[in-house]
Amino acid sequence: MIRYFIIVILIASSSLVAQSPGNVENGKRQFVKLGCYTCHGYQGQGGGAGAKLAPHPISVTNLIAYVRRPAGSMPPFTKKVVSDEVLTDVQAYLASIPAPPPAKDIPLLNQ
Amino acid sequence: MAKSQTPPLARRGFLKGAAAGAAAGAAALVAPVSAEPQDTTQRTVAVPPTAAQRAAENATPAVAIENIQIVERPGADYMVDVFKSLGFEYLFATPGSSFRGIHESVINHGGNHDPEFITFMHEECSVAAANGYAKIEGKPALVCAHGTVGIQHAAMAIYNAYCDQAPAFIIAGNIADAAERRGRVEWLHAAQDVAATVRDYTKWDDNPGSLTHFGESAVRGYQVAMTAPTMPVLLAADGVLQEGEAPKEFDWRIPKLPKISQPAGDSAAVAELAQMLVAAENPVIVTSRSARTPAGLKLLVELAELTGAGVIDQQRRMNFPTRHPLNQTQRSRATVANADLILGLEVYDFFGVVHTLGGQVNVVPRSIIKPGTKLVSISSSDLFYKSNYQNFQRFEDVDISIPADAEATLPALIEAVKRLLTDDRKQAIQTRAAKLAQANRQALEQTRTAASYAWDASPVSTARLSAELWAQIKDQDWSLVSDPFWVSNWPLRLWDFTKHYQFIGGAGGEGVGYLAPAALGAAIANKKHGRLSVSIQSDGDLMMANGVLWTAAHHRIPLLTVMHNNRAYHQEIMQLQRVANQHNRGVDIDKCRIGTEIANPNIDYTMLAKSMGVQAEGPISDPRDLSAAIQRGIRVVKGGDPYLIDVITQPR
Repeated sequence: MIRYFIIVILIASSSLVAQSPGNVENGKRQFVKLGCYTCHGYQGQGGGAGAKLAPHPISVTNLIAYVRRPAGSMPPFTKKVVSDEVLTDVQAYLASIPAPPPAKDIPLLNQ
Repeated sequence: MAKSQTPPLARRGFLKGAAAGAAAGAAALVAPVSAEPQDTTQRTVAVPPTAAQRAAENATPAVAIENIQIVERPGADYMVDVFKSLGFEYLFATPGSSFRGIHESVINHGGNHDPEFITFMHEECSVAAANGYAKIEGKPALVCAHGTVGIQHAAMAIYNAYCDQAPAFIIAGNIADAAERRGRVEWLHAAQDVAATVRDYTKWDDNPGSLTHFGESAVRGYQVAMTAPTMPVLLAADGVLQEGEAPKEFDWRIPKLPKISQPAGDSAAVAELAQMLVAAENPVIVTSRSARTPAGLKLLVELAELTGAGVIDQQRRMNFPTRHPLNQTQRSRATVANADLILGLEVYDFFGVVHTLGGQVNVVPRSIIKPGTKLVSISSSDLFYKSNYQNFQRFEDVDISIPADAEATLPALIEAVKRLLTDDRKQAIQTRAAKLAQANRQALEQTRTAASYAWDASPVSTARLSAELWAQIKDQDWSLVSDPFWVSNWPLRLWDFTKHYQFIGGAGGEGVGYLAPAALGAAIANKKHGRLSVSIQSDGDLMMANGVLWTAAHHRIPLLTVMHNNRAYHQEIMQLQRVANQHNRGVDIDKCRIGTEIANPNIDYTMLAKSMGVQAEGPISDPRDLSAAIQRGIRVVKGGDPYLIDVITQPR
């Protein structure tokens, strides 16, 4: 039963990874190289300077669309500055970031 | 006060006497001691003393020194008595000869008590510390600065305090009479008008020509500084006046400091505002610095609860409890957009409350309020404007402007509201308050979820750092003495702030180099109350003012400093990247670090702190190590000493 459960989880995980066509490792490098982390944090957690990007990032299509024509104080990243392929990798990196435990299960966040 | 029978002795006379004595005793000196300006070329090369010179320096004068005159009743003693009458607990200063008379009198005449001399290593630190002290203690610390150069050093911190509407009382030593200046340095450090450098951002200044004048101007200055809008004032203290004999006829009278009343709004405007508040369906109160004292916090709670108004605290002071059900700070945009009445209390940028400015190349303001929303401002800023520096922000066309101190106006406003409340309105207010309380709870849950992201990350997330710190201090009598803007305001979002002294806001003028000394000044104020002072300290800011570490160790100031060490002037990394993208050429992060990183080599803050006598540990980059480190730090701080923990953090 346990073995069956693990197999199901592995299949589910594989399919999730397969949904992100980009290269996670390159996306992680590019996330720093492009300076995304400066406002959004190294794990895309967001904060006072930038929105939360991960876990559960927006789709590749929406990410590319937003990066090209952002709102607020975020500067636009044109195709000259970053390609769609690299942004696809960045989205893959963001999608690979695991969700933290629910806040209600973190004692330090309930005091 | 004993009165001398000696004739009044001016500084010039004293110097001549001293010079004559010195010349008699050290006749072999090549460069004669003289009241006249010295030949500056003699200072350019350090020549070892000759045997004769050494003998002359070390020998006891064989001949009785004539013409020595002793000052029995120096003017500085009177100045110190004036300071004592004004209740100054501390004198923050880097020593300088232009106020050496005051320095000596503080020690010998005043017993180095009220005020006690606290040594800072930069005048900017002295004034910033006074800024932090004032925001805890509600009154100014005394600062002395050394002539032209001392005031120039102090300038940015004075500007910060001016913008922050924090009182400070600054003495600038000066030697006004050219004939009294000893040599070239005293010329360099003297000014015709020593206050001119900072007049654009002080509330008032004076240049007293007599002790009577000094006493009156000191008391007047204190009154000006402490009347809303509270701000720095500056008095020049002439060296001759300090060191010379007080005139025989001088009666040593110290003017009386009155009980200072604050300017309240006029009754007609207050009555009209009360009607608007009671009638409004969605009133919102926005505050920046309305809690000038602890009473201001309580009054705002009372007004909010009475009217069921949501409160947005811009947190330049501790104005409103962070977890109060009516606190809508975490959802300020939605709250403002839904308002039909916005009451601004000491809001420093009302235009910014009701507009977005865009953020791309050009400023494109866009209103975020509903058509017909009424705007009312109560602000003491409207009582005092200066022209040059643009700290007054963009003009907002409010419906009623009440130029007055908000805290002083609230009691009358509260009473006026009480008189107008009917049962129907009370019911509507209760219903509204319940909805706001629900929104407040939801916002807190969302904040906690946001804090959970990157929870175990290394470098440490600023949310994790804040939560770890809160876990260790929440059961203590604590005070956050730093501005958490640089750590995404997590403490203000996660911690339960209820008391006025638990938070002091940030640098009024946003000048970097404020945080470390202001935190120390606030910790000095907290010390006598036994409070646990904690600071989350940005690395770039500390490096502008790291001499405060020595001050903390030397004077045993209990302060827990937790470094927010992102190894950069990080704001400028973001700015550089923004501009590069606007220019459509992007910028690789390695290029972005040119001119912005504080790395290669990394600064060892632990070693830096220890070198100045502050116990320290780190760097910590694993969040699991934080808890024990903070506990160790608190133990040291509760024992009366400062402690520093270096934490490598996420950028914001």
